Amino acid sequence: MRDLTAAGTRPLVQVRDLKVHFPIHTGVFRRHTGDVKAVDGVSFDIMAGETLGLVGESGCGKSTVGRALIRLYDPTAGSVVIDGTDIATLDAESLRRIRPTMQMVFQDPQASLNPRLKLAEIIGEPLLEHTAMDADARLKRVHELMDAVGLNRRFANRFSHEFSGGQRQRIGIARALALNPRFIVCDEPIAALDVSIQAQVVNLLEDLQAQFGLTYLFISHDLSMVRHIADRVAVMYLGRIAELSPRDALYANPLHPYARALLSAVPEADPAREATRRRIILKGDVPSPANPPKGCTFCTRCPQVIDICHSQRPVLTEVEPGRHVACHLFNSPTAGSTGSAEVTEPNQQGVSK
Amino acid sequence: MPDGAVPVLDVRGLKTIFRTRSGEVHAVNNVSFHLQPGELLGVVGESGSGKSVTMMSLLGLLPSPPADVRGGEVWLGGRDILKIGVDGLRDVRGAKVGFVFQDPMTSLNPVFTVGNQIMEPLIRHKGMTKAQARIRAAELLELVGIPDAAARLKSYPHQFSGGMRQRVMIAIALACDPDVLIADEPTTALDVTIQAQILELVRDLRTKLGMAIIWITHDLGVIAGIADRVMVMYAGQVVEQAPVAQLFARPQHPYTRALLKTIPKLGGQREARLQVIEGQPPLMTAEPGACAFRARCTHALDRCATENPQRRSLDGAPVGHGHDVACHWESPDA
Ligand SMILES: Nc1ncnc2c1ncn2[C@@H]1O[C@H](COP(=O)(O)OP(=O)(O)OP(=O)(O)O)[C@@H](O)[C@H]1O
Ligand SMILES: Nc1ncnc2c1ncn2[C@@H]1O[C@H](COP(=O)(O)OP(=O)(O)OP(=O)(O)O)[C@@H](O)[C@H]1O
Ligand SMILES: [Mg+2]
Ligand SMILES: [Mg+2]
Repeated sequence: MRDLTAAGTRPLVQVRDLKVHFPIHTGVFRRHTGDVKAVDGVSFDIMAGETLGLVGESGCGKSTVGRALIRLYDPTAGSVVIDGTDIATLDAESLRRIRPTMQMVFQDPQASLNPRLKLAEIIGEPLLEHTAMDADARLKRVHELMDAVGLNRRFANRFSHEFSGGQRQRIGIARALALNPRFIVCDEPIAALDVSIQAQVVNLLEDLQAQFGLTYLFISHDLSMVRHIADRVAVMYLGRIAELSPRDALYANPLHPYARALLSAVPEADPAREATRRRIILKGDVPSPANPPKGCTFCTRCPQVIDICHSQRPVLTEVEPGRHVACHLFNSPTAGSTGSAEVTEPNQQGVSK
Repeated sequence: MPDGAVPVLDVRGLKTIFRTRSGEVHAVNNVSFHLQPGELLGVVGESGSGKSVTMMSLLGLLPSPPADVRGGEVWLGGRDILKIGVDGLRDVRGAKVGFVFQDPMTSLNPVFTVGNQIMEPLIRHKGMTKAQARIRAAELLELVGIPDAAARLKSYPHQFSGGMRQRVMIAIALACDPDVLIADEPTTALDVTIQAQILELVRDLRTKLGMAIIWITHDLGVIAGIADRVMVMYAGQVVEQAPVAQLFARPQHPYTRALLKTIPKLGGQREARLQVIEGQPPLMTAEPGACAFRARCTHALDRCATENPQRRSLDGAPVGHGHDVACHWESPDA
């Protein structure tokens, strides 16, 4: 529907070397014995009006990135500049003032809604907290929001448990929209919904984006849905970005070996294609982020691993216009260049389709 | 699919209701299907459509009350297993039918080693000694692709990853060489790369062991990749059933057609906007006297409000053996 040229070319969100480490305390004295490196050096931009998809396996740090971006978690290091302000280091009062511009939509709509509040109170809560609106103005705004997300105004006095999963997710979205945010982190917003309801919620997110010029970080493990909604996609593995590419380029020809394996593992709803597809079956499990492998974190499962991967961490580098890959096959540090000559190499030796 | 062969499992007119404080829930309404030796039957359907309750009913796994398996026959190994009582059913579950459920952590007992849990059915149902069972258990773990199997028998479930626990569940289900394996959303909680490992394992085991499998999932991609035949459920009923290629190429029930259109594609032309199925499934508080899908259906006829459509054959094969649909509307591409 939209492409990158339609979305802005000015970054609204700029993330640089973001790290979020959770300390591990053990023993009777609760000594600090290590860290879960949930996010370990992540950099990317999100353009104004763009949807950036964020994919990767469970535990790779997607939610932690999303939460750190809007300061629900304090970053361990790095910067998160949203619309010119570095929110990673902002003090509490300044943070409170800019909080309304960034919001989050959660995976489990039920768990994030207060069961004792009526629908109008849930959606109006941020207004009560952050604005000086009187009761009438608030109700008017709540009605507007209910219209925007397709909830019948007659539902205003019902409780959240009286709604279906899809309706509850609409409530969560209406609430996130209340303060006219510019940036919304959608963390698995459709994962808990039935297939037939997912499309409704995704269409709604797209409509609202077009209407209000919203910028999204769309976190999901559903790679088909990400292809539908995202302009660009970041593929994470164990706290780092393996590849960040424009949507069509990524799905047509993933470059990073992990991105290739991930895309090849997604089942397709087409028996003819399923019968002929070549799959890359990865061996083993994702290592623990408390004790990641040395060098490239994917080296323990990579089908194309070479010596250097065990000792040196590859850096995310632009290897083709707009395509960023962190892999030694693409940017050998000994060659000291990231020229396109090396880009074809893994295709020759690799598992290309 | 070897047609005409005696089915390993034949379910006829299964009916299950729940008695709740707010009245009856008719969760399974007159469900019939059969499974041929070596066949993989995929089951799909909206959340709450009765997929799990159907399988739990035929395995006698539902607590009663509130559940009441009111009618039907379940033929397995020449017997109607709904009539053989609790002890008989327990033997059937251990020896003839293996099952795997969605969340491997809740299905494995955290206080026993993995080895103990695989050995238990071998000792109980196959009359093996402990030593024999231990050898077989290691073989089974190896079969499902767990490295260093003999040593891992001493591990506890929490020492395994999600994917490994699901493999252990499959090993337990396979322990007594069952004729039928029933898997209820066995990969839903897993990552796609781990899911791909498990699906590869299942394809492999089928060729090796020739087992018949029922695979419940909401993922039509998984179905497309592993099923021979597909059964689509809606509101406790079978609304369509067909060989897998046929179902994806020429879906007939308006629900199936809509469902296939709501999911975005991974390749090819990207859809501008996703199709939606408006509305919600019915509450199933009574036996259906009308089509349960009619309120959401784009092809509803007057008849749909007064008469619950019965399954009818679309290709001349008897219902259940080819492509059949429970719908009054006749699609132009039937
Ligand atoms: N508050 C926390 N304290 C300690 N560890 C945490 C915390 N939150 C997350 N982690 C750890 O950080 C890692 C990344 O977690 P995160 O929730 O970001 O993953 P994710 O990619 O969102 O996974 P999923 O797809 O399962 O939602 C995991 O190992 C997780 O256990
Ligand atoms: N213990 C119970 N008491 C009352 N109703 C129940 C009970 N268990 C299940 N049901 C109802 O039976 C119907 C069928 O449920 P079932 O679990 O079989 O659905 P399903 O198709 O497996 O759905 P899902 O895809 O969400 O797993 C649902 O409407 C459900 O609410
Ligand atoms: Mg998460
Ligand atoms: Mg179920």
